[in-house]
Amino acid sequence: MADGLHTADLEAWIREFARVVAEHREELTALDSAIGDADHGTNMDRGMTAAVGALEAAPPADPAALLKQVGMTLVSKVGGASGPLYGTFFLRMAGALGPEPADAAAFARALRAGLEGVVARGKAEPGDKTMLDALVPACDALDEALASGKPLGAALEAAADAARQGRDATIPLVARKGRASYLGERSAGHQDPGATSTALLLDAAVSALAGSQS
Amino acid sequence: MSQVGLVVVSHSRPLAEAAVTLARQMLPGRELAIEVAAGTEDGGLGTDAVAISAAMAAADSGNGVVVLMDLGSAVLSAETALELLDDDVRERVLLSPGPLVEGLIGAAVVAAGGADRDRVAAEALLGLAPKQAHLA
Repeated sequence: MADGLHTADLEAWIREFARVVAEHREELTALDSAIGDADHGTNMDRGMTAAVGALEAAPPADPAALLKQVGMTLVSKVGGASGPLYGTFFLRMAGALGPEPADAAAFARALRAGLEGVVARGKAEPGDKTMLDALVPACDALDEALASGKPLGAALEAAADAARQGRDATIPLVARKGRASYLGERSAGHQDPGATSTALLLDAAVSALAGSQS
Repeated sequence: MSQVGLVVVSHSRPLAEAAVTLARQMLPGRELAIEVAAGTEDGGLGTDAVAISAAMAAADSGNGVVVLMDLGSAVLSAETALELLDDDVRERVLLSPGPLVEGLIGAAVVAAGGADRDRVAAEALLGLAPKQAHLA
């Protein structure tokens, strides 16, 4: 653990997430139009564009302030359920981080705190066909990889792999939360849009953070 | 006035405003704080936890607030909004599981009459009762 993840590293993560969300906006919305209200890509893109805009307008001083600002922007600007869910995720991450740079273990603890925030907010469980189906395996894989002595980069790659597998595993599931739950059995056979954007969040972490000296 | 305030949270601003119009029809010549937090900034469908927390604070005159919501993100955003409030205001705000339109009308009538928060919340929850009794 050299000197950890700095504000600039986390900003790079947020910018990369915003970039991939914009790139996948139509795909996310198409997934949501199959089983939801057809706004996930549009909403996430609007929220992440606003989050990047806020970082530029008022650059935060430390890692916790940065993630808090992102969270506050998302709870306000996304519009759909992903606003309070992703917003709470980043707000809880911020609450778990101090003002100092985060080492790998601190980042993993913050990610776990974010996950717990999503659980508290959405009251979903693994298998309900939600973003948790990507986020839970990602946090588990990250903890496991770090515990076995892997560096942050390799551990994040393991987390992103787990998130993608979790995303793919939502396809046969019947939705039990959110708009998709109104469809009941007809929601099976479709990939969950929230799990898809969460897999992008972990991919963005690999792209932006895996090379960091921590 | 020692009234309970109401907040209407909806994905749609026209839906929220029409529900308030319908409720105010029951309150001719009477005042009641009913705040709306609905829709996205650009007039689209969606909810905004920051706007909802501002509406909760605006509706509160110290006697409590009852919040009526439509579905999905309206509920999650209202819960998030609670976390953004000061502790003393948060304690006075109650999120109603009652139906948006019928609950709002029942709540508005008793709130305008000066009922306390728990009485207003109980009325909101009973909003469907007249319709259910009629159609039973």
